[in-house]
Amino acid sequence: MNDKIVLKYDVDSDDFTRAGEASSSVKRKLKLMGVDPDIVRKVAISLYEGEINMVIHSYGGTIEVIISQDKIEMILEDRGPGIKDIELAMRAGYSTAPDNIRSLGFGAGMGLPNIKKNTDDLKIESKVGVGTTLRMIVNIP
Amino acid sequence: MSEFFTSVYLKEDRCMGCINCIKRCPTQAIRVRDGKAFIIKEFCIDCGECIRICPHHAKEATYDSPEIMNNFEYKVALPAPSLYGQFNNLDDINLVLTSLKRMGFDDVYEVGSAAEIVSDLTRTYVKNNKDKWPIISTACPVIVRLIRIRFPNLIDHLLPIYAPVDLAAINARKKAMEETGIPSEKIGIIFISPCPAKVTAVKSPIGIEKSEIDGVLAMKEVYTILLPYMKKSMKEVEDIGKAGRIGVGWGSSGGEAGALLTDNYLAADGIENVIRVLDDLEDQKLEQLEFIELNACAGGCVGGVLTVENPYAAKVKLKRLRKYLPVACTHLNPVESDDAYWTKNVLYEPVFKIGQNMKDSIQKMAKVEQLNMKFPGLDCGSCGAPTCKALAEDIVRGAAKQEDCIHILRNYIHKISDELSRLDNKK
Repeated sequence: MNDKIVLKYDVDSDDFTRAGEASSSVKRKLKLMGVDPDIVRKVAISLYEGEINMVIHSYGGTIEVIISQDKIEMILEDRGPGIKDIELAMRAGYSTAPDNIRSLGFGAGMGLPNIKKNTDDLKIESKVGVGTTLRMIVNIP
Repeated sequence: MSEFFTSVYLKEDRCMGCINCIKRCPTQAIRVRDGKAFIIKEFCIDCGECIRICPHHAKEATYDSPEIMNNFEYKVALPAPSLYGQFNNLDDINLVLTSLKRMGFDDVYEVGSAAEIVSDLTRTYVKNNKDKWPIISTACPVIVRLIRIRFPNLIDHLLPIYAPVDLAAINARKKAMEETGIPSEKIGIIFISPCPAKVTAVKSPIGIEKSEIDGVLAMKEVYTILLPYMKKSMKEVEDIGKAGRIGVGWGSSGGEAGALLTDNYLAADGIENVIRVLDDLEDQKLEQLEFIELNACAGGCVGGVLTVENPYAAKVKLKRLRKYLPVACTHLNPVESDDAYWTKNVLYEPVFKIGQNMKDSIQKMAKVEQLNMKFPGLDCGSCGAPTCKALAEDIVRGAAKQEDCIHILRNYIHKISDELSRLDNKK
């Protein structure tokens, strides 16, 4: 008997055409499973923001989504420059995205704050020069 | 009437059991079973893509025969604006309207003129409901059906105002009763439609209690009937047109949104493009817009499967016709606007759901993933499902079996024949 489902995705850096693939796939699966639309929305938004962050800032990484009866856990692990000051990165409007990214309409500094808003738990571990791991949880009431 | 009425149906004797329609269907609502296409009604949104793609013309739309006019003492035609784009060298809409009367209608009420009232109301609604931006248009019934089964988070964004054709029907009936004194049941309100989805909207409406439309004729059939009358009508054209530039503009993509007098809108047409917009909207990527106009058919209503003319050519013709019209003629059609708002809530219909509860869903989803790994991933369609993933889901739903996959079946047969020959060698 399975009591949870584990989904794995690879994310390439700088590939905007593929950004959002993981969140779309997870969104589709959650709807198929009959998860409450509000939960699906929260998961899709936070996962998409996280995915875009990986595309913009990292050198690539992996996403693991664990769906169980009471929660959806998302682990986004990347290799990359890491976050120097997590507290600052959490602040709305703060961004280190370069101009070419901003000109695409990204990098408004709302990614992490938006994730925070849409998840029940968010843990960020980051090592400068090594990479960042985001652990986010959306509970299913 | 079942909750999931669809107007698209299969002409079984014409169906060859090929995979064209299952591949094209945007909601994966078609399977080939026992050599014939089968429409899963709950999944179907009546977009008509399968009618368009079927090389054997095995998919058809339900609509009424012109003979339905004989059932009524007084008949009013509701021509969709897209009708005007079907004719070559037409320079006066009145010619079409006069011809409609010649073919047997007692009066004509243009859907375009009701559309102008809807545009007026929409402007106010958009202004007063900033918390629901972007507001999504609901004139195309396919869009409402798609959102209802696939985008529950966007239901709140739907514009809760009658589609122009439904408002036209109410107004036309009222007008007919007032002018003639004939009782309602003897009045036939008959829509000339560019698409099968409107048939569905009449028989199984969403957002409103009951449609006031008594019959829906296919534009392509009315077109053929009208042509000979068009020539004869030329001499005594009646001046009955009451739709302006805005109303006629609704016939093609961008017309509805353009009437809102703001630049902060998006208009997408073609079902695949529409789904992309809805997906992005659901992920909050399009939050800054005020209004989103969506049409399932490429080009808008002029691209409907019941039309005759190439949608882009029809769009040009509409543009030419609109040129010398007044912007709008709403002053000619006063309406009590309270009548024009939806009276029923739209509810999410999770038709794709695979489990009874979360525990069950996890089991089933795990099974889907497991099956999916087993399949070749070619999406060849030979099993009758559009993709390997869809087959996996069908199996878990109990509607198909693994051996429907010819690759799995082949391996199975190889295995059996290997074992048989091994047994044979042992003898």
